[in-house]
Amino acid sequence: MFTTINYECHEGISWIKLNRPDKLNAFIAEMNREITHAVRQAAKDEEVRCIVITGEGRAFCSGQDLAEVNDDTNHGDLLRNHYTPMVKAIMACEKPIIAAVNGVAAGAGFSLALACDFRLASEKASFINAFVNIGLIPDSGNLHFLSHLVGRAKAIEISVLGEKIPAQKALELGVINRVIPQDTWQKEVEEFASKLAKMPTKAIGLIKRYLTLAENLPLDAYLEKEAEGQRIAGLTKDAKEGVQAFIEKRQPEYIGQ
Amino acid sequence: MREYAFIETKVEDYIGIIELNRPKQLNALNRQMIKEIVQVMESYDQDDTVRVILLKGKGRAFSAGADIDEMSNDDPIRLELLNQFQDWDRLSLIKKPIIGAVQGFVLGGGFELALSCDVLIAAEGAEFSFPEVNLGVMPGAGGTQRLTKLVGRTLALEWIWSAKRIQVEEAQSHGFVNRIVSGELLEEEALKFAKMIAEKPPLAIRLIKDSVNKAIDYSLYEGMQYERKNFYLLFSSEDQKEGMNAFVEKRKPKFQGK
Repeated sequence: MFTTINYECHEGISWIKLNRPDKLNAFIAEMNREITHAVRQAAKDEEVRCIVITGEGRAFCSGQDLAEVNDDTNHGDLLRNHYTPMVKAIMACEKPIIAAVNGVAAGAGFSLALACDFRLASEKASFINAFVNIGLIPDSGNLHFLSHLVGRAKAIEISVLGEKIPAQKALELGVINRVIPQDTWQKEVEEFASKLAKMPTKAIGLIKRYLTLAENLPLDAYLEKEAEGQRIAGLTKDAKEGVQAFIEKRQPEYIGQ
Repeated sequence: MREYAFIETKVEDYIGIIELNRPKQLNALNRQMIKEIVQVMESYDQDDTVRVILLKGKGRAFSAGADIDEMSNDDPIRLELLNQFQDWDRLSLIKKPIIGAVQGFVLGGGFELALSCDVLIAAEGAEFSFPEVNLGVMPGAGGTQRLTKLVGRTLALEWIWSAKRIQVEEAQSHGFVNRIVSGELLEEEALKFAKMIAEKPPLAIRLIKDSVNKAIDYSLYEGMQYERKNFYLLFSSEDQKEGMNAFVEKRKPKFQGK
């Protein structure tokens, strides 16, 4: 099975835990491949309704393992062959993906968190766009995601200065969704994931899909797409259950279809 | 209706539907399957209850291409005698409109089949490619000709040489996909489109296809001569009288295909 990550599923939640704690979960090619594979597997698995990516040990992910990079490395091909497929697998997944950032998220580790739908950070977490500190540019979609989240001015500051951003500061910048105290970390991540796993999963997937279209299409074209999206949502069992529960004044029970 | 080994067929609301039915093999096309498709298309072409033909593929791919096992040991003489591509020529002779609904992989022979349709509705995420070059061969059922006429020589060469996967958005921007819709709605939207065509006067639809196709093969002058003969011909139809009378009388026309 997997050697660089732990993968487990229970109660509708798939946990992808980066598992190279002695290397602060730095990326090697195999880890890119395994994350890609695990995300695709979770996307396909009908039991799974929410995905959590987190790190074993004290770091979330410290980025590319520089021990694997040398003078002969073609940095463009490294991205094309290993990181791009991983980012694309995450973007193609129509289930909610949470980055549970338990510690430092540096370089491509920061990018990995940015590619997810939600970022929950432990109060011990920090974020560093470290690329510039070794003469490189933020990659794995980093600038794309970051500029959408914080705007150009802050994206430039974060990327050019390459300074460490503590969790609280990341929250203020709008990079993450919430900061969680260390003693309730595990519990609050589980509660958040479990809440998402009980929601109308298909609708969440459609919201993700149409948000991307909303970012890329002129309004007229988007409104036509939106009508398609609502037609699809309207056909789901969960939409029927939602309306039925509303009429019957009870809590809806969604099955994710 | 008779049973086919590799396709499913049905006719409803003047739409003749053909569905490729080898989903486990991603609808890989074998010779028998092509024969079945052509046979049904020809019967639909003669069937008064069919005004539009809809071609689609079951499962997650429209078609991943030709069945390689079937041809890996072929030699030129056998291929010449087999004359398998004749079936593809017959596809070009179908007079009624053919709507293709494609999703997922549309590769090799599957791409050629899609290019044989008159109109293509594609699902988001559909990918088109001619991978033949990677097997030491090339497209043989019209790929180099049809694609070139659609997108021009320069792009056709790049795509067929490189076996590049063309994303559906690029396919649309180069004019060989008419509409992109969400995968969930592919069938619904393709049927909606087919129905819209089926409600139009069938003879006009038929002669429009006939004339537009001539624009590919004829010089402009010859094509325009051909077009006007078809235009005149429609004035001998009942639907022309009905259409123009309804217009004058400000009512909805009722077309009968006569």
